Amino acid sequence: MSTDVKIPQSLPVTHVPAPEGVKLPIYMDNHATTPMDPRVLEEMLPYFMEKFGNAASRNHSFGWAGEEGVEAARERVAKLVGATPKEIIFTSGATESDNLAIKGVAEMYREKGNHIITAVTEHKAVLDTGKRLEKYGYRVTYLPVQKDGLIDLEDLKRALDDKAILVTIMAANNEIGVLQPIAEIGKLCHEKGVIFHSDATQAIGKIPIDVNKQNIDLMSISAHKMYGPKGVGALYVRRKNPRVQISAIIDGGGHERGMRSGTLNVPGIVGLGKACAIAAQDMAHEAAKLAGLREGLRHRIMSRLDETYINGSMEHRLPGNLNISFAYVEGESLLMGINDIAVSSGSACTSATLEPSYVLKALGAGDDLAHSSIRFGIGRFNTEAEVDYVADRVVETVERLRELSPLYEMAKEGINLKDVKWAAE
Amino acid sequence: MSYSDKVIDHYNNPRNVGSLDKSSNDVGTGLVGAPECGDVMKLQIRVNRDTNVIEEAKFKTFGCGSAIASSSLATEWVKGKTVDEAMAIKNMDIVKELSLPPVKIHCSVLAEDAIRAAIGDWKKKQETAKPVAVEAQ
Repeated sequence: MSTDVKIPQSLPVTHVPAPEGVKLPIYMDNHATTPMDPRVLEEMLPYFMEKFGNAASRNHSFGWAGEEGVEAARERVAKLVGATPKEIIFTSGATESDNLAIKGVAEMYREKGNHIITAVTEHKAVLDTGKRLEKYGYRVTYLPVQKDGLIDLEDLKRALDDKAILVTIMAANNEIGVLQPIAEIGKLCHEKGVIFHSDATQAIGKIPIDVNKQNIDLMSISAHKMYGPKGVGALYVRRKNPRVQISAIIDGGGHERGMRSGTLNVPGIVGLGKACAIAAQDMAHEAAKLAGLREGLRHRIMSRLDETYINGSMEHRLPGNLNISFAYVEGESLLMGINDIAVSSGSACTSATLEPSYVLKALGAGDDLAHSSIRFGIGRFNTEAEVDYVADRVVETVERLRELSPLYEMAKEGINLKDVKWAAE
Repeated sequence: MSYSDKVIDHYNNPRNVGSLDKSSNDVGTGLVGAPECGDVMKLQIRVNRDTNVIEEAKFKTFGCGSAIASSSLATEWVKGKTVDEAMAIKNMDIVKELSLPPVKIHCSVLAEDAIRAAIGDWKKKQETAKPVAVEAQ
């Protein structure tokens, strides 16, 4: 006989209705990409048809108009991060910027040393670039992170040897939103005469970044993570104290001071510039709003569910990021239950590799909690009503899936899941 | 990834969710998978000892939508079958019924394992139960 009479034969899906004014589906995956700000699009539009000139055409007004748009954008990008315009190199995005920074330094400083230092939670654009350089005889140190996702500066100090030429550590993590101590890392690098690159893709426009105050020598920037267009980004390259040189990885017409050849993506660059100008103006206000929404989301979820865990430091974190593991519930099944909401999971089932998130694994939380994680990325266009709806949908779906979960049942019976001898496939 | 209508239906309306008394002699319990792998299925059957027919089946699954659907379907299929008939269910039958993509085939394998594990557990109970019964006579 069935001993569990509480559970009906089937659990029909009935869920909370969307409140008035909330349009479904809700986009809350702003670390993956952001919707473009209409003000950005407006600024870009003339550069498609009217001002279509090649910014490198020096002999006619079409070219001059393009160049003007590009140089105004360069100033805006530089201003947002405390750089000078000449230190901004436009690229196709942060992946290219990471490649250019790391490979560019590796080649340029080959005679000085062959040691590159990074961290295990970096973006694949950095990690895979490091792996390629290892094939070419470079030595790469992948620093571990602590439970909160931050690197230990003592580990970095130990790794900074005579052969070190580059340290590359991200400003903000794309999964858990954790902010690394960039200024301190840069200071340690400069004391040792080592170049410091930071992938600041997730941080730019969200938190204050100043290349001088934070001792950054090279920095990757992407437009589409800050309400700009896809396919455009920039690399900041320090020109003095110290002057940093990099080898190009794309050769051609010698554009962008020879560091990045190829006809400039003028409308995209104009869009990046506008996105930076908006961020410079609104960042403080927007960060406070996002942090408020994030805290509302966190409270509304975590006060109603047991055994939910925050991944990564809450203290050193992007305002719009929340990453939670819901014990005993698998992430992809949770996403399926909240299919009118766009968020991400660290579950293996959502990745091509069938491995759970390497970032969460690096925190040492265990694979089971990595499989149970959801990343919320709250952005400029999310509202309080949306956040409340998302929280309610998550809570009811987690509750439903826990009723379905043998692990939750076992845990409630007092069985320690760590003691169970699992018969894996 | 997009799911087939049948996977969505089983996810939204899972059949035979619940638990049977695992200490009962008529009940076989299969627990397969591991939390670290992101999939754990518990499938239980209650078997009529005179006819060997599976009269009741229950499941609980920790896993993706396809894993939930595979185990939900498995309980539907084993119900009313004899133990031997249920042993003949193959993972590829589940793949076909639910139109699972290649990356989700392991979910069907796990469901087949769960059926076999539940039946194995029940059979073991019958073997150990018999001598006791004889003694009692």
